[in-house]
Amino acid sequence: MNAVTLPVRHATRPRFRVALGVGVVIVVFWAVVAVLWPHLAPYDPELQDPLHRFVPPGAGHLLGTDQFGRDTLSRMLAGARPVLQVAPPATALAVIAGTLVGLIAGTHGGLVDEIVMRVLDAVVVFPAIIAAVLLVALSGRSVTILVLVIAGSFVPIVARSVRAATLVEREKAYVEAARLRGEPSWSLMLREILPNVVTTVLVEATSRFGDAIFAAATLSFLGLGQPPGSPDWGASVSDNRLWLQLAPWTVLAPALAIASLVVGMALVADSLRGRWEAS
Amino acid sequence: MTTTPDGSAAGLTVEGLTVAYRTARGEAAAVTGMSFHVAPGETYGLVGESGCGKTTLSRALGRHLPPNGAVTSGRVRLDGVDVLDLAPADLRKWRATSLAVVHQDAGSSLDPTMRVGPQLAEILRLRGLSRAGAREEVPRMLARVRLPDPASIARRYPHQLSGGQQQRVVIAAALTARPRLLVLDEPTTGLDATVEREILDLIWMLRAEIGAAVVLISHDLGLVGRLCDRVGVLYGGHLVEEGNARDVLAAPRHPYTSALLAAVPRLGESRHARRLAAISGHPPAAGENVAGCPFAPRCALADGLCARTLPRLEAAGTRHEVRCHHSDRLYHPSSAVDVQTPARLRDDPGLSPTAADPAPELLQIRGLTRKYGRTTVVDDVSLSIGHGQVLGLVGESGSGKTTLARAVAGLGPRGTGTISLDGHALPASLRRRDARTRRRVQMVFQSPDASLNPSHTVRTILARALHTLRGSVSPQELAARADLDGHLLDSRPDRLSGGQKQRVAIARAFAGEPDLVVCDEPVSALDVSVQAGVLQLLSDQQRATGTSYLFISHDLAVVGYLADRVAVMYRGQIVDEGPAGRVLQGPHHPYTASLVAASLARLGEPTEQDTGMVQPGRPTGPGCRFAPRCPRRIDGLCDSENPPVRTEGGDHTVRCHLGIGDLPRRAVPVTIGVAPGATEEKEDPSA
Amino acid sequence: MRRFLLRRLAATPLTLLAVSVLVFTATELIPGDVARTILGREASDATVARLRIQLGLDRPVATRYADWLEGFVTGRWGDSTLLRVPVRDLVLTRLGDSLLLGALAFVLLVPVALTLGLVAGVNHDHPVDRILSVSGLTLGAIPEFVTGVILLVVFAVKLRWFPASAQAPEGAALATRLGHLLLPALSLVLLCTGYVARHVRASTVAAVESPYARATELRGFTRGQMVRRHVLRNSTIPATSALGVQLQFLLGGLVAVELLFNYPGIGALLLQSATEKDLPTLQASAMVLGVLYMLIVLAADVAYRLLDPRIRLGAVAS
Repeated sequence: MNAVTLPVRHATRPRFRVALGVGVVIVVFWAVVAVLWPHLAPYDPELQDPLHRFVPPGAGHLLGTDQFGRDTLSRMLAGARPVLQVAPPATALAVIAGTLVGLIAGTHGGLVDEIVMRVLDAVVVFPAIIAAVLLVALSGRSVTILVLVIAGSFVPIVARSVRAATLVEREKAYVEAARLRGEPSWSLMLREILPNVVTTVLVEATSRFGDAIFAAATLSFLGLGQPPGSPDWGASVSDNRLWLQLAPWTVLAPALAIASLVVGMALVADSLRGRWEAS
Repeated sequence: MTTTPDGSAAGLTVEGLTVAYRTARGEAAAVTGMSFHVAPGETYGLVGESGCGKTTLSRALGRHLPPNGAVTSGRVRLDGVDVLDLAPADLRKWRATSLAVVHQDAGSSLDPTMRVGPQLAEILRLRGLSRAGAREEVPRMLARVRLPDPASIARRYPHQLSGGQQQRVVIAAALTARPRLLVLDEPTTGLDATVEREILDLIWMLRAEIGAAVVLISHDLGLVGRLCDRVGVLYGGHLVEEGNARDVLAAPRHPYTSALLAAVPRLGESRHARRLAAISGHPPAAGENVAGCPFAPRCALADGLCARTLPRLEAAGTRHEVRCHHSDRLYHPSSAVDVQTPARLRDDPGLSPTAADPAPELLQIRGLTRKYGRTTVVDDVSLSIGHGQVLGLVGESGSGKTTLARAVAGLGPRGTGTISLDGHALPASLRRRDARTRRRVQMVFQSPDASLNPSHTVRTILARALHTLRGSVSPQELAARADLDGHLLDSRPDRLSGGQKQRVAIARAFAGEPDLVVCDEPVSALDVSVQAGVLQLLSDQQRATGTSYLFISHDLAVVGYLADRVAVMYRGQIVDEGPAGRVLQGPHHPYTASLVAASLARLGEPTEQDTGMVQPGRPTGPGCRFAPRCPRRIDGLCDSENPPVRTEGGDHTVRCHLGIGDLPRRAVPVTIGVAPGATEEKEDPSA
Repeated sequence: MRRFLLRRLAATPLTLLAVSVLVFTATELIPGDVARTILGREASDATVARLRIQLGLDRPVATRYADWLEGFVTGRWGDSTLLRVPVRDLVLTRLGDSLLLGALAFVLLVPVALTLGLVAGVNHDHPVDRILSVSGLTLGAIPEFVTGVILLVVFAVKLRWFPASAQAPEGAALATRLGHLLLPALSLVLLCTGYVARHVRASTVAAVESPYARATELRGFTRGQMVRRHVLRNSTIPATSALGVQLQFLLGGLVAVELLFNYPGIGALLLQSATEKDLPTLQASAMVLGVLYMLIVLAADVAYRLLDPRIRLGAVAS
């Protein structure tokens, strides 16, 4: 009775719009680069030039060259592709699988829920990075393995959020009304509950996408990314860190590229979360 | 009228107060041009439904509006001090010395991570007491609000107290200074009837003691009428009527006040005797700006003038003012609103099943027990409902009434006992009920917001129900039967008002022509003016289809209005069960008597029914569960032996050690107790 | 509360068992013959066969798992096939070094994150809050090795305030060791601060806007008094669980940070043993990290429940 419904300040404040705009511009920029880099890069990123090693940033090479005389700018642009090859499929896989698992566990409750949650608990407790190190190191590097490892470590996170949201919905009277009139459980899950946990799924998708970029970059830094030789940002940081004192630009360029992409994605995710959760 | 040195009146004076919020769609006024005066020692009641501006007003009085709200014009003076003009430091000092506010839901006004004692001591320290002095004073403060064992209360965390105890602590905190203004914002909403009664008694006793101007804000007209000297009725941010409480309630001059009074069922009144006068439409939303009279869209007397011009507040009697163009056309609530009662309903014997004519039994519950963990919530309950009969189930929160209802519907935990429908066993688990049985038992839930899937349109919601329950009509027809406008069919629930949502939920429950509909507090979340329409719909549907109801409510008057038989539940047991009139009238269980008293008695009159505190936890040992609170307790018997079930007049059972002749009863038929001479008779033990 | 503790403690060995199965299965998944992998392509078949028997690879999986688990529990962790030293000494020494780094990061993280979260929450919707929130969000999104690189370039290469290597000379005093550890610790702190501060901010906003805080102001207290007496406790208690989560991140972040700063911790050891297929070391370091994770989760859960009287005294189901 008498719920206090004071008008609340509106959700779409300018800062959300600015942050969202900046984020979208950054993410779209790197997405375009990932596709079009062969047309944008001034040099072939693999072209070695022994006469021009460790050239500092300047007119010929805007961001300098590395130990083999390869152009840092070109490698930075080319490096957008490997990350964006891994993160989207990994995110999609994790969100789909996690949503299904969370929905099933949450809708059914009881023993099913108990078993699923205990398994997920065990997986969550197992540090994702250790799992990744174990799996990638032992089964070889490939895009598929990378996608599977990242997706696998995100499934429990997505499943837990979706399950929590499902549990809230499941207790609501509209679901009980559907059970009372004998809707089968798939119908409860997909027709009644799913439309009302979509916000959670979307929030998870954007957040996990940012995390997937983070994870892909970290794994390639650890030498567990794509096969050696690719201009992967993480791998570039790792390869060039030995010459940090001599040619810091070779490390800074890919590092800043990673930073800008993840920050852009974080801004997008946060703004969208603010908007969705307010609605 | 006493005056302060600068010549203004003592007490609270509000002049032309307008409060507006900045929203995405521009400024929205929540309170417009409000003026009233409350003298020291006087209690002023402000009544209104949700969205009428009463919360905004209460916050404006303490100058504590949310950041997007502001007073755009008007003044608030207390004993001559202009509250809105105070500098921040002075405002703090004014709040510390002159203001006390008690909000709804006391539990949340206490810091959950801090013990009660230190929280009170901190307020005393602000008033200049030493650490030791504050520690000594705390138990005295708690004793003042009649809390037993203050030292132990002081050592507890808020969550270890019952709702009533929390509210007492908050009142104690409010009274540490000698406030000049006490604002009570829905102080008892959410509390059980008997606890509400205790808190109101306490406020009544204290108000004389402190001599402050008291403003009581509530949605409950009856409550305000019982406690207050003067009443102001709020609608759409305007004060529409103001006067002495007795005058306003006995002879309202505004159509809204009048309709509101007619919309509330009175205790003991049955649907077979009177149709409730529902007010069509719903109250304007907070900040919804209307030209003209805000009530015009719902008013039977409204004409073009009302839609164009906001009436002025004009004298309508001694200290009685009303804001209406047509108040001269309105004298008595029944003459204006009660016109639609079809005469034939009053004494059509076929429509009112009586005790002499027991209907064949539809539902039978035998020895039903339900537990949550180790707590027994429903304890060995047996009940039955006849064909076409409405069984009302009353009890306070935690009595187990909802668990019982859900068990009938096939929801909730499993347990022992049997439920049968027309003699056939009804499986406890929904999964084992076949399609035909599911179709026969449906449910209407409490919260209108959670009842409907927010992602589906009304049409989808009804069509799904018709499909799975094999209903034979179209969604349009189903909606029409629930008095829902056809144009709402393609709306999603967020576009519907609370009353409309509940109508959809009722239509859905009737999709498969059920034999039994379980109604779990279907109107308790609705505004009073909307509640009547939904109750009337339930009543009409019952009459049209002959469906039986298991109808649950905490409100005795609502249950009495709809039910043919009433069962009273206390801590998991049915303590009183029988024909509605006889249960309300008595002889009845002492607990039933306390419920009746709580909803009727005038304040300030200590009754025999001086119940003790509700003790948290459930006694599991032998003895009557009500014994700790029972004024008729027989020491050595009630607290050690289970009471027998006594039968009165063939079909009325009471679980009590007292003989039928000793049970409490009311001397005269019950009706609402505001008008002079109505019903404040005490229980008559000798009868 | 006691029941919760007992349940959690009873569940811990079960989860550990699950972790051990995962570790063992993962190391079993190595494509090809482990013995061949270790000895290289040139080794004779006879040598490989001998190593297989030596490693017990000819026995059934279940037996090997049982033996391995028993060995791990009783402290017989075997010898490193890469470094030819006992795994137990190796792993425990490296663990100690990592814990030093982790502890330094944690000690820096807690006050910084709490302060930032509180300041942002108390001033919510003011420019201060926006700046803090956006920078916390931004920093938290950047991988620790990226911030590490930037820190290195600025403070070690350009300004030369700190050494570029995290490893202090042999036998250095604790203060010197901590000085070497400051940059790596800082990159971990920057990673985690945003997340913890965000949680503290959220619970601070909730506390500031709560009815009890409002009631405090209406009783005539200043905003400062209200924050000190009521908001501080109510906003930091929920933050303990956020800290628990971040401790796990911190532990995971060790792998990359140790690699970047050439610090011989357990993360670097895990990575090295994985790439070099040093199975005993890999299994032991993964297990040790897993146990550490478990303990942190448990500690955070218990701490949160002990701090909140509503849960401690049983009003809310745990």
